[in-house]
Amino acid sequence: MSDTPFVVVEGLHFSRGETEIFRGVDLQIPRGKMTAIMGPSGTGKTTLLKLIGGQLQPDAGRVLIEGEDIHALPRKALFTMRRRMGMLFQSGALFSDLSVFENVAFPLRVHTDLPEAMVRDLVLMKLEAVGLRGARDLMPAELSGGMTRRVALARAIALDPQLILYDEPFVGQDPISMGVLVQLIKRLNEALGLTSVVVSHDIKETLSIVDYVYVISDGEVMAHGTPKSLDVDQDPRVRQFVHGEPDGPVPFHYPAKEYFSDILDTGVSS
Amino acid sequence: MIDSIRRLGRSGCNALESLGRAGGFLFLSAFAVPSREGFGLWLRQMHFVGVLSLAIVLVSGLFIGMVLALQGYTILVEFGAEQALGQMVALSLLRELAPVVAALLFAGRAGSALTAEIGLMKATEQLSSMEMIGVDPLRRVVAPRLWAGFVALPLLTVGFSVVGIWGGYLVGVEWLGGFEGSYWGNMQSSVEFLEDVGNGMIKSMVFAVVVTWIAVFQGYDLIPTSEGISRATTRTVVYSSLAVLGLDFVLTVVMFGGLS
Repeated sequence: MSDTPFVVVEGLHFSRGETEIFRGVDLQIPRGKMTAIMGPSGTGKTTLLKLIGGQLQPDAGRVLIEGEDIHALPRKALFTMRRRMGMLFQSGALFSDLSVFENVAFPLRVHTDLPEAMVRDLVLMKLEAVGLRGARDLMPAELSGGMTRRVALARAIALDPQLILYDEPFVGQDPISMGVLVQLIKRLNEALGLTSVVVSHDIKETLSIVDYVYVISDGEVMAHGTPKSLDVDQDPRVRQFVHGEPDGPVPFHYPAKEYFSDILDTGVSS
Repeated sequence: MIDSIRRLGRSGCNALESLGRAGGFLFLSAFAVPSREGFGLWLRQMHFVGVLSLAIVLVSGLFIGMVLALQGYTILVEFGAEQALGQMVALSLLRELAPVVAALLFAGRAGSALTAEIGLMKATEQLSSMEMIGVDPLRRVVAPRLWAGFVALPLLTVGFSVVGIWGGYLVGVEWLGGFEGSYWGNMQSSVEFLEDVGNGMIKSMVFAVVVTWIAVFQGYDLIPTSEGISRATTRTVVYSSLAVLGLDFVLTVVMFGGLS
């Protein structure tokens, strides 16, 4: 049992309106490991997390979490399943009408009958783990971006989930809070034995902490392997992404008509 | 030509589809099993949509009652019928003005706030994160707001009528010097409880459901950008005002139109 992957994505198809976002994505997220899903912006990485969390319905394909097809679950079972997952949103998504303490206490209050004293202890432990025990009385509006994400992390681990989904955890952070978050995610993952999925395009930070990487581009898995094997991958598309080259197989230009005729076109239709 | 027919068809389909979504949304949230803390959440929303709308609704009620008495008096006195002033003020308020004007004010004051609040929660991913914590936002966020609206508006309408009738008394009796006994006496003998008060309350309950439903659904269904929020807020006020006035006509025909 412990060898089977925690999450299996099979032949996932998904489109938004006319745009096809995934054309048959297959992934396996191993248990107790950190797996990164990387790819250029706009490839639908966040969408993939929402599909894994059951917030969006795929057009075809399945997402199995511990063998259960999450999109076939009835609404109630789906919400029960989600108690075993935590998700760290890019914006933090703290409840703006609740204090830091109450935000972290929220999952405990709605899902458990613990006495107030124990809720308090648990919340303080989680806040201590992210180094924000002193900020418990602040409101979300008073926090910096990095602190918001750390509080959101404390809230995501409040119920000791087995699976954590990180949506762009490093985006828009200054170098110090980026370093703090990298260390925090790595330490928490090792200490709690979590299965983690990190969606990111911060190559250096992500590759330094994860065990396995999937690179997604154009709706398909372009490459996968350990961080080391990706670093020496010869596929030009993988090289361009991993080494951050501005132009290559992934063009610098958004598709447009030919430059010369576009410039000459006055915009007045004849 | 074909294109415009196609566009018409598509917009018809879209309208039907969003009506269907709105219906499913109302069903899933209004009849959700209340959670343990549901009552507390509902009470909190009652404060936001009910208590905080009290001032605007009561002040408007007072002025409308006063204007009604003033206008009515100048007409009635020409026919020497100024003793019917109480009857006129009470019936206009109970049957028409209180339910309609209170609902319009409610849409502007509470409805737009509900749309903006839920819309902003959606835009900042608070609804998504609540789902991922395993809490259904329809139960936790939407249901208390719906029920608060359903209950608050009929209560506000009662307040509107009471203050309006008192405003009519202030103008008709205290200021213009009408006879106090006939103001109250005529009112008592002509206002039927079921016919007038009851029908007015039914109207108000219908408006409460429609206005709150529109407001909450617009917030839940909007496109989470700043433009989306501003459009949805506007739509809430426009749609609910039109719905209230249209439904008022239909209900009036059903309730009072066929009287013979």
